[in-house]
Amino acid sequence: MTAKKYQKVAYYPGCALEGTGHSYNRSTKALGAALGLEIDEVKNWNCCGAMEVKNIDPKLQTYLSSRVMAIAAQEMGYDAVMAPCNGCYHNLKKAEYDLANDEESRQVVDSLSKKAGHGTYKAGEVETIHALDWLKESIGEDGIRERVRNSLKGLKIANYYGCMYTRPRHIFPEKDKGPGSESTSQPHFMDDLLAAAGAEIVDYPLKTACCGGAHSLSDSDISTKLVLNLLRAAEACGADVIATECPTCHSGLEMHQVRAEKRFGIKTTPVILYFTQLLGLALGLNPRDLGVHENISDSLPLLRERGLAV
Amino acid sequence: MPIHEKHLIREENLLTHDKLVIEGVDVSGHWSTFIQTRVVSDYNEKMEDEIAALPGGEHINRCWQCGSCTNSCTVNAINPDFNPRYWIYLIRTGMESELLRDKDIIWQCVSCNKCTYACPRDVFPEGVMKATSHWLTLKGHTPKSPLQIFDEEFAGQVFAKGKIEESRLIRRFFARTGQPVVQDWLLSMVKRMIKYLPVKMLIGLGLQTLFHPRARGWARARAAINEYVHEKEAAHRKALGLPADAPEAPDAQQPQPHLDRKALIAALKN
Repeated sequence: MTAKKYQKVAYYPGCALEGTGHSYNRSTKALGAALGLEIDEVKNWNCCGAMEVKNIDPKLQTYLSSRVMAIAAQEMGYDAVMAPCNGCYHNLKKAEYDLANDEESRQVVDSLSKKAGHGTYKAGEVETIHALDWLKESIGEDGIRERVRNSLKGLKIANYYGCMYTRPRHIFPEKDKGPGSESTSQPHFMDDLLAAAGAEIVDYPLKTACCGGAHSLSDSDISTKLVLNLLRAAEACGADVIATECPTCHSGLEMHQVRAEKRFGIKTTPVILYFTQLLGLALGLNPRDLGVHENISDSLPLLRERGLAV
Repeated sequence: MPIHEKHLIREENLLTHDKLVIEGVDVSGHWSTFIQTRVVSDYNEKMEDEIAALPGGEHINRCWQCGSCTNSCTVNAINPDFNPRYWIYLIRTGMESELLRDKDIIWQCVSCNKCTYACPRDVFPEGVMKATSHWLTLKGHTPKSPLQIFDEEFAGQVFAKGKIEESRLIRRFFARTGQPVVQDWLLSMVKRMIKYLPVKMLIGLGLQTLFHPRARGWARARAAINEYVHEKEAAHRKALGLPADAPEAPDAQQPQPHLDRKALIAALKN
């Protein structure tokens, strides 16, 4: 067997995974432990700026992300940093692109880093990967297939990737490179991994549609409407579960599923689980150790019915 | 019809005559509907440069009006008045008063980046939307939108501590926009959240609100960031020809004109 990539990576959980996305954090760590993959949390990390700091000034966001990468590369000596959150992943990727291509960004980051008293990050020092890349490259579909103990057979899953994982295209130079690479228009890494775990992947046309996560609170009616589109489309595709890979999408779907029901009396049936939780269940991990009980969306009745939880 | 003629067929621009005879031909009724002649004298020739001076708006001059942005837009699918292509056109031709008709919805861009993905000219329309709503506020045309308030609260926490704490963010946001923190749907969400939640987790989340998460040794980064932000703010005001001590816009209040159930269902059926 050839040596697989990403056996040992720096881990950047980000703020959301310490707050509303804690079950994503828990399940990612549990998967790493179960699969023998070492993840080492970036020391003294800071917020990447999420969707908000760029609206104040995009170069500040580049600086915030560059500090995280500087610590992973220069202080910890890693060549890959793994971010499960789409927002963090996107921002680190964008910072990487800007630092490689824009002189002004390089100057701002250098000046701020010097004033803040840490090393300046230079493009190419570390590779940013998503939790999906991490599992796909380190374990792969074959690895998952070998290790499945409770097949997800019969569980119909709609995979939802959201906006920040694929757009805009130019910050993801490794995507759209033909067979084996991720696609920005039809992403499939989550489909591949969950299919390997035995799930039935439904053809979901809204994979990369927007959940309105940036407006969850500031413009809730638009968010509720966008989330309802996602939920109703998943229902129409016959999905039991929507699998997510972003804490903002996940909590947006959960929040606005409740809001649609409470405010507008519109009930929708799909339950929402992180793809890491679904993979963990397939590997036979305890739902409690995967944070299934911490989700707002109550998936336990469904999981019990399918014999995936007790 | 070219997009710049769109505004000419608004209700208030139409003239109808019950009785009208032109050159001996009776064109009364249906045939006497005309678009009123209009003289535009209030072009703001600086508008494009002003938007380009704000973060996100830098590449507005590349636009060739193909309409891919509006065609792919998430918000346009919900509200056809949300039209990035049209706004870019108005900004580039300096039709300020026309743009101001839509001033209260421009901030509603959800930053999904579908426009940026589709744009063949790298205009980054998503950035242009942010720059435009920033411009509207700086110029005093609109109060700070709920999104701008959220951005400020979020960025303020990041700049001060290096990390954010969500419950504090939510409380501050609701306070500034004049909304109650206790809302029916938030309550039922919390109820579901604690249904299975282990007590240990609850205590952990509670402690997080008491002891704000923070990056260690952040003081120097904080000072550097604040200095940079001040410089940038001054530069933005200067680019827009505003005095250095121009007062800040007030916060928008009660930002959520809630759709009633019927309207939402009707909208979803479309």
